[in-house]
Amino acid sequence: MTNQRIQLTIDGRKIEASSGQSILAAAEDAGVYIPRLCWMKGLSPAGSCRVCTVRVNGRPQSACTQPVTPGMIVENDTEELRGLRRNLIDMLFVEGNHFCMFCEKSGNCELQALAYRFGITAPKYPFMFPQRELDATHPEVFIDRNRCILCSRCVRASGELDGKHAFGFVGRGPDKRLAVNAEGGLGDTEVAVDDEAVGACPTGSLLKKRVGFEVPVGARRFDHVTIGSDVEEGTAK
Amino acid sequence: MSKPKIATTSLCGCFGCHMSLLDIDERILKLIELVDFDRSPINDLKHIQGPVDIGFVEGGCANEENVKVLQEFRKNCRVLISVGDCAINGGIPAMRNMVPLEECYEEAFVNGPTVVNPTGEVPNDVEIPLLLDKVYPCHEVVKVDYHLPGGPPSADTLWAALSALLTDQPVELPYELVKYD
Repeated sequence: MTNQRIQLTIDGRKIEASSGQSILAAAEDAGVYIPRLCWMKGLSPAGSCRVCTVRVNGRPQSACTQPVTPGMIVENDTEELRGLRRNLIDMLFVEGNHFCMFCEKSGNCELQALAYRFGITAPKYPFMFPQRELDATHPEVFIDRNRCILCSRCVRASGELDGKHAFGFVGRGPDKRLAVNAEGGLGDTEVAVDDEAVGACPTGSLLKKRVGFEVPVGARRFDHVTIGSDVEEGTAK
Repeated sequence: MSKPKIATTSLCGCFGCHMSLLDIDERILKLIELVDFDRSPINDLKHIQGPVDIGFVEGGCANEENVKVLQEFRKNCRVLISVGDCAINGGIPAMRNMVPLEECYEEAFVNGPTVVNPTGEVPNDVEIPLLLDKVYPCHEVVKVDYHLPGGPPSADTLWAALSALLTDQPVELPYELVKYD
């Protein structure tokens, strides 16, 4: 069964994939970028952000969790799906306190880069300005929950790659927030500055201290190239 | 035919977006040939004089005066553009949105480390515009036609939008001109 080659269609284009691959991974191999936030190479998929939602044989599915099947017809780059993704990104902005203008992750932030890719100049939903807590107890890393989008990349990276299980979620609905496995905060956990979990954050929620604004404006990751253009050009690592 | 008219105003902002407009450098000479200015810091008019074609608004709404100015602006601008992060999402002033208003007043006028206020009273003169409960982006107060994000947007961004509008082209900014910082 494994490594069996199967055919499917994405946006009218026939592509080949290995059985067991997710739609997102198969698309990526074929040079088709499906926008995503909670997915990260090397981590188990979570399907939590829903930015990668595609239509599979007419039904919405998250491309990062749905495996490919022979002959499946996937719609990815349609006006409807672009609109849904724009709305999701809009909501992530208004549900947090992002303040891109002074964020150290600006220019390297995947949420911001997706908003650029979709040409968002202003969110259409009212801002919620929630109250969120910061955690600066660690000497080399800090958590700014104002920018946390609950993608769980740090949670999964800490468990699956670092073997530390330092992060997790507590609370429900609007009260859901990132927590750490120590009462004294991040500083009392085993988290180290070079942990995969720290680098996994797509926004400026988990940041290394004292390296902010290291790369000048104009030389940052998304200053000149759209997020996903590496996949489309076949240069993605 | 008379020239198109432009007006600009700053609400709760730092005038950085206006500085960005000045940053169009020598293109400002071309701009003066193309347009007439209604209210703007260039002529220091306190109110918009009459209907204009394009209005640029910088800064968000932090107090009742900001709201009045913005509403007056909206009435008189055929096309209203919110310029910069403060106008679009509240910007730095909106950092107070997570703090109760009473605490903001107390920090500013009573308990702040550099405050000298023996009576401990919060200024309450009728001349001082009342603060709103939160800092609001302009598009949550009036209809806004275009947004130019950035803190502030670059001179090229402002120029690109302006030249598109003045030549009846759609305002479509290239990737490198849409930035939130």
